[in-house]
Amino acid sequence: MRTRGLRRAALVGVLVAGLAGCRQDMHDAPRYDPLEASAIFPGGASARPLVEGTVARGHENDDELLMTGKVDGVEADLFPFAITRADLDVGETRFNTYCAPCHAPSGEGDGMVVQRGYRQPPSLHIDRLQYAPAGQFYDRITNGFGVMPSYRSQIAVEDRWRIVAYVRVLQASHQGTRDDVPAADLERLDNPEPTPDASEDAH
Amino acid sequence: MSQIFPKSANALARMGLVGAVGFVLCLGLVVFTLFRSTWATKQHEFVEQPIQFSHAHHVGGVGIDCRYCHTSVEKSAFAGIPPTQTCMNCHNQIWTNAPILEPVRASLRDDTNLHWTRVHDLPDFVYFSHQIHVKQGVGCATCHGPVDKMPLVYQAQSLLMEWCLDCHRAPEKYLRPREEVFNMAYEAPANQLELGRQLKAEYNVASVEHLTSCSVCHR
Repeated sequence: MRTRGLRRAALVGVLVAGLAGCRQDMHDAPRYDPLEASAIFPGGASARPLVEGTVARGHENDDELLMTGKVDGVEADLFPFAITRADLDVGETRFNTYCAPCHAPSGEGDGMVVQRGYRQPPSLHIDRLQYAPAGQFYDRITNGFGVMPSYRSQIAVEDRWRIVAYVRVLQASHQGTRDDVPAADLERLDNPEPTPDASEDAH
Repeated sequence: MSQIFPKSANALARMGLVGAVGFVLCLGLVVFTLFRSTWATKQHEFVEQPIQFSHAHHVGGVGIDCRYCHTSVEKSAFAGIPPTQTCMNCHNQIWTNAPILEPVRASLRDDTNLHWTRVHDLPDFVYFSHQIHVKQGVGCATCHGPVDKMPLVYQAQSLLMEWCLDCHRAPEKYLRPREEVFNMAYEAPANQLELGRQLKAEYNVASVEHLTSCSVCHR
């Protein structure tokens, strides 16, 4: 009786172990997840670096203004496509994601990373930048400038232009006068809400 | 001829039969419970990483948006792990000599990869896509928990299929407006179900019949 019970328990144990074995095989199929480690390739990475100069099929674009911000080699004060309200909204999100850490949501250049010691960029509202061509902003985002790194790999081409459009909005907002404020918002202008204290996390 | 079995053998045999069935059931229950336990799912376990990268500091403290590093979350299945250069966007100027960042500098210097340990690892037979979830108003924190408060990332949810289905059966319980998806401080309003139903219609979220059919996640 007891040996039979033991044998049964052993059988169940083997079945359970067998099931667990199947489970892991199915969990980790013999294929690579994105960026999964590889035993085959040098460097241990399954994601292989692109051969220099690779252009993905269907992604070649020789529109000079769109891709470089220039027309005949000169930075142009033009946008390669018409900017809509939706583009500005995307531009705002992208600006607040990629630019605001240094340039601050206001564009004044005192973002959180600058407060932690990064070199302060000039305000986007100084005369020189106020009158700089749109293509120049596009070029700086794409190629970097001074200590600012290139954002080519983080921001898609069209989104870079939407950011430039939003920078124009920010700049216009700083040129506004009291007369530009809708009557309904005047009270909010005169009694601004206290800004939250940003120095909470001092580390 | 004397009997081989004493009279009590009858009772023992019956008890043995019941006991054997009970034993198998109990074992099943134990295995079932174990597979669903946090011990098996690794829920709430901090995972050691090559660098003690703190989301609490970068997201909660500095206020960097998820997408600064996880750039492909809106347009691909994989949210994206940043290349070393993204770290260096800031750390070529701040904390440049911090010993904690030596592996990052070494990675850039020697052109080698940082070997992060994956925390949220779905089985390979699940074809999950970040893109559709983000687009339909599922907040980062809904699945990943309060990442802005995690000094080291842990898996906030069980990632069991029953957990996926909880939302796929009734997305209105969790949906939020698209513009709040990346907001880590977002709190569901009191009328969540009402809002959820409204968003579900507005974003054309698929029917529950579709969302709970096998081939939506398994191919």
